[in-house]
Amino acid sequence: MTTTESKATERSRISFVQSINEAITQEMERDPTVIVMGEDVAGAPGKKDQGFEDAWGGVFKLTKGLIGKFGPQRVLDTPISEAGFIGAGVGAAATGLRPIVELMFVGFYGVCADQITNNAAKMHYMFGGKVTLPLTIITNTGTGAGAAAQHSETLYSIFTHFPGLKCVVPSDAYTAKGLMTAAIRDDDPVIIFLHKLLLGRTRAGLRPSEEYAVPEEPYIVPIGKANVVREGEDLTMIGIGYTTGLCLQAAEALQQQGVNAEVIDLLSLSPMDEETILESVKKTRRAVIVDEDYPRCSVASDISALIAEQAFDYLDAPPKRVTPPHSPVPYSIMLERLFAPTKEKVIQAASEVLEA
Amino acid sequence: MQDIHPMPDKSTALSLYQGMVTIREFEERARREGDAGKPVGGIHSSVGQEAVAVGICRYLRKDDYVLGNHRSHHHCLAKGVDMKEMMAELMGKATGTNKGKGGTMHIADKNVGMLGANGVIGSNVPVAAGAALSAKLRGTDQVAVVFFGDGGANQGALHETLNLAAIWNLGVIFVCENNRYAESTPVEYSLAGGSVANRASAYGIVGETVDGQDVLDVSAAMERAVDRARAGDGPSIIEAKTYRYYGHHGADDPLRYRTRDEEEFYRNRDCIATFKARIIEEELGTGEELQEIDASILESLDEAVKFADESPWPDPQELVADVYVTY
Repeated sequence: MTTTESKATERSRISFVQSINEAITQEMERDPTVIVMGEDVAGAPGKKDQGFEDAWGGVFKLTKGLIGKFGPQRVLDTPISEAGFIGAGVGAAATGLRPIVELMFVGFYGVCADQITNNAAKMHYMFGGKVTLPLTIITNTGTGAGAAAQHSETLYSIFTHFPGLKCVVPSDAYTAKGLMTAAIRDDDPVIIFLHKLLLGRTRAGLRPSEEYAVPEEPYIVPIGKANVVREGEDLTMIGIGYTTGLCLQAAEALQQQGVNAEVIDLLSLSPMDEETILESVKKTRRAVIVDEDYPRCSVASDISALIAEQAFDYLDAPPKRVTPPHSPVPYSIMLERLFAPTKEKVIQAASEVLEA
Repeated sequence: MQDIHPMPDKSTALSLYQGMVTIREFEERARREGDAGKPVGGIHSSVGQEAVAVGICRYLRKDDYVLGNHRSHHHCLAKGVDMKEMMAELMGKATGTNKGKGGTMHIADKNVGMLGANGVIGSNVPVAAGAALSAKLRGTDQVAVVFFGDGGANQGALHETLNLAAIWNLGVIFVCENNRYAESTPVEYSLAGGSVANRASAYGIVGETVDGQDVLDVSAAMERAVDRARAGDGPSIIEAKTYRYYGHHGADDPLRYRTRDEEEFYRNRDCIATFKARIIEEELGTGEELQEIDASILESLDEAVKFADESPWPDPQELVADVYVTY
């Protein structure tokens, strides 16, 4: 094994969290106007003289090490005041900075929704395009940690609903770094949703190899572009972030039954790559959409409507959605498993669509 | 609050007078244009509160930031937003400050530091802290002023931001225009403790109460607050006791919740009339000079209305333009 190969293999062990961290670090090095704000983004603020610094580095360590490199001027621990500091992010973005703010869990949006939906989303339009808001909001989503109803939501649809916001959902360490970099460099407000079950994962999983290397140099995964991560002819499965992995696992299992599924990793909810979805569905004539958000008025419903309205004549079966039921997220692990989409539920849905 | 401030020099006095009359005449003209059937949206008139905006902006530079609320025409004019573009914006024309896409509650002009009015009460307060944070990190001594009312004083966002601005020592000046009513709700009912300025002590910052009908009392407190902000001595609250002469908006009859006697009391303390009387009394200007100023303002307003009337509607493509920078 050459040095280059081992380096590449090593880079396949970079976790999702490390990818995000690396993207932020590189952009902060590149652009002095990039700052980070949030609760415990460093931790133990003001206690350096007692030997404490970077106590947390963010609740998921997404921002670990940044304060040592960039100092407390650019890495700002905030009080628990989401309206205050996300609103400050809006004001800082309007006046020359490129702030990254962390909304610890998406379910906390309620205490700062006004700043996101009334100010961040609307100022550019409302002011006739004369003010730009290069603001990035990081937020953590998803079930799988037994964190119950308020710390496990997905809520893509709320933000995707608002004109003026861009919404992106990485599905692995590679797309995490690329979308994070793209979000920071974007001149519009971008929300990046990170599923907590993906955070510790490496791209290669248990099979580190250079094929899965996350590039060390900065790169961009373009906002608004979906990826066809598996090609097939028999049906299209559309995943969003974490559920893309479920689609890929389901596709592997279906292959055993002789079914060749195409999998789309949506990556971006707004703008949405309608072309890639429609092109795929027109080819396969069948679609399953897998979304961990609540089913009513969801991104999954939106995609289902898109397919029904624009590819109806091509369909051999109605599109099918795999989502949680219309219920809050339960605490008990047993119930939580019933709530969230799983590989088995995706396979079941695919089978129903194929039999229709 | 000081009883009587010495008058400034002649040119400053006339400039403050002009600033206040400009606001009043703009508001009255906009209201009349709306009543006459022009496409002006529901205006929250600032008539009665002119001295607050003019007094606060007296010590601001063009590159300082002002953030307003739903009742912000006076803030915009005092900060130097172009009257013609404002009138065009009120009528939804393409030449408006916001290309006709913001209207009365959202006028913004970053070129003169007006970072925007905002229709949601308390919503702009955190944004102001962000502008001050940005100034601090960029190494400038720009200050950010945010106006809110006695209603906004009870919004959670204000309290979060007071705390944030205090711990980060930001150059934000929180200006409460206490006009005694949040829509129909009087401060006697809604404001615990009876004072917004006194709330400053809980955050370890300076709070001052001023006579909002006296432009000199407002600007004296503002001078101190601006000095603190520029020197890096952190945020301040200025609570200006003032009064809106009209209802909450054009369709509101304020006599549904306040008496004629009360209105008369405040109208008798009118900020423009009292300042005008002092200018003449102290011989800083003659009645004729002041009339000339008035006439010139009315002429500018005629031009502004003509400009707005003759301006084109936004291009239909504007409907979906500027939702994003790129999409």
